[in-house]
Amino acid sequence: MKDIREDIAWAKINTDVLKSLENPRKLYWVILFIAVAVFGVGVGCEVYQYNMGLGVGNFDNPHMWGLYIATFIFWIGMSHSGTLLSAILHIMHADWRKPIYRFAEAMTTFSLMTAGLFVAVHLGRIWQIYFALPYPNMRQVWPNFQSPLLWDAMAIFTYLSSSILFLYVGMIPDLAICRDNMHSGWRKKLYAVLSLGWEGTDRQWRNFRMTYLTIACFLIPLAVSVHSIVSTDFAASQQPGWHITSFPPYFVAGALYSGCAAIITLFIILRYVFKFEEYMTKSILKKVARLTFAIAMVWTYLKWVEFAQAWFGHNAHDQHLLIEKATGTYAPFWWMMNFCASVVPFMLVFKRFQTNIPVLFAVSLLLNLGMWLERFMIVAPTFADGFYPWTWDHNQWPSLVQWGIVFGSFGWFAILFMLFCKIFPSVSMYEVKEMVYHRSLETKKLQALQAAGELAAAGKGAH
Amino acid sequence: MSKRHLLALFTNFDEAEKVVTELRNLGINGFNAEKDMIVKSPIEHPEVEEFLGNRPVRVQWFTLFGAVVMGFLMFWLTSAAQGNFFAQMKGGKPIVPFPPNFVLTYELFILGGVYITVLGFLICAGLPARRSPLYSAKVSEDQIGILVQSEESASVTLKSIFTRHQALEIQEEAGK
Repeated sequence: MKDIREDIAWAKINTDVLKSLENPRKLYWVILFIAVAVFGVGVGCEVYQYNMGLGVGNFDNPHMWGLYIATFIFWIGMSHSGTLLSAILHIMHADWRKPIYRFAEAMTTFSLMTAGLFVAVHLGRIWQIYFALPYPNMRQVWPNFQSPLLWDAMAIFTYLSSSILFLYVGMIPDLAICRDNMHSGWRKKLYAVLSLGWEGTDRQWRNFRMTYLTIACFLIPLAVSVHSIVSTDFAASQQPGWHITSFPPYFVAGALYSGCAAIITLFIILRYVFKFEEYMTKSILKKVARLTFAIAMVWTYLKWVEFAQAWFGHNAHDQHLLIEKATGTYAPFWWMMNFCASVVPFMLVFKRFQTNIPVLFAVSLLLNLGMWLERFMIVAPTFADGFYPWTWDHNQWPSLVQWGIVFGSFGWFAILFMLFCKIFPSVSMYEVKEMVYHRSLETKKLQALQAAGELAAAGKGAH
Repeated sequence: MSKRHLLALFTNFDEAEKVVTELRNLGINGFNAEKDMIVKSPIEHPEVEEFLGNRPVRVQWFTLFGAVVMGFLMFWLTSAAQGNFFAQMKGGKPIVPFPPNFVLTYELFILGGVYITVLGFLICAGLPARRSPLYSAKVSEDQIGILVQSEESASVTLKSIFTRHQALEIQEEAGK
């Protein structure tokens, strides 16, 4: 299968990637236009909700979270694969990560920024969000440090800022390339400032390597802790369907899963829009597809653990909730979730689909639809079947305002992501060069060994 | 005495390695290979470290300091806040509960580690930096640069070494 050519000129790598900053295919502008329009709808819905109150979103007691918190978890989950996978693959010296890690890390950053919006949106009274922050105040009121919601705020802030630093530090050598190749204008100034005067000296590279590795080591446990903490928002409560021991690993696996699916979607879009066919190869796509399948199976196993725990746990409320999920108002969502997230991934088993771009694109979208439904199925049914009898016949359906804000968040993410890819190199130039360099060294060694072997064989024959 | 800067560019990495080795071994008057030579490359060559000799990296000490101090500070500040928050009823539970506080300590341990690592990187790598007296954009593309600083008397010898090893280009500038 065609992979990145070892004999590709380094200057060509620079030229190809820098070209993506100037003239992408027309589809780029179409995506950006749609994203702005969708984001506009979301902003309109939020302004309406801000003026009228959360009632217009169909929120009432006990349905206080609805799509907002389901989508919040979805975006937090999406953020996981970028930085976490990049860090793991970096430590394991998996060189196929090099052409794709930059956009995956950007995906992490922007997913977290999108998730953060929902914390504010679901409050209704946005102006009181400062209550969540621990700071000395006149009333001597502190947030409850024992609440998972506060841990959440701290964990997400740590993950967001660390991911931004990881992304930025890894980009400094490429920013220097941009600085050296742009002739004038605001971009030149921006790259000059952000590249910090990088010149690729031995001292800079030495410290760079250690820094990058250290941050990668920190990010792996951090990423695991973030989604574990998000899961404790639910698992630490007593509600049926939430009070489940396996929730932290289940959430982490789900996060990795949806993140991997999102990487496939964005990989395919970027590959076409920025003409990166030579760098984002089908060989890499195949590896990501296989990884996604493996994680899908882990997630499916943990999902069955959750069902088994409810069914065999001798807890009438949990059993009732499970039956309600499969047969009640939300049943279409539940079955759709199981189909999309546990059955569809089996498409990835077939070799011919692992590199078939239209099929992979469709599969990745279905996987993420399944993962979004999974988050909704965690939040909504428990509210409709809690311990209180008065909640039992109260199946709430989100209003158009909620849907509008949720769709708007996809527009917001797409705007940030597409702008990033247009301003900053979405393929790491220096790492692709490293990859090509090391592969060519290995090939030379192999050829030398083969030549020596042939000589020896020839020598034996002659002898 | 006036110093002179020379930047030689090479496409062949092996050739650049030979130059560095020669510069280190020759012992030219008015030129100290340890202090006056900088190798610039478009990628991180592990081999550069091998032939330049073992030079220390101290970023990890910043990491250790940042992680430990921030983790400790978080635990201490959270505990102090809980100890002074009389309005909250404790109901027989510990005033400073260890398990939940460790979650926050863990997060700040990582946050401090990452922030101070980046700070350490900037300090150790000498960033942000002004441009060197001589710089070529080719170094960020596909060529390896050897920047040397020497007294005027040594620059002729250095130039001849660069030329002998097929330097593509030699830039020269009188320093201060």
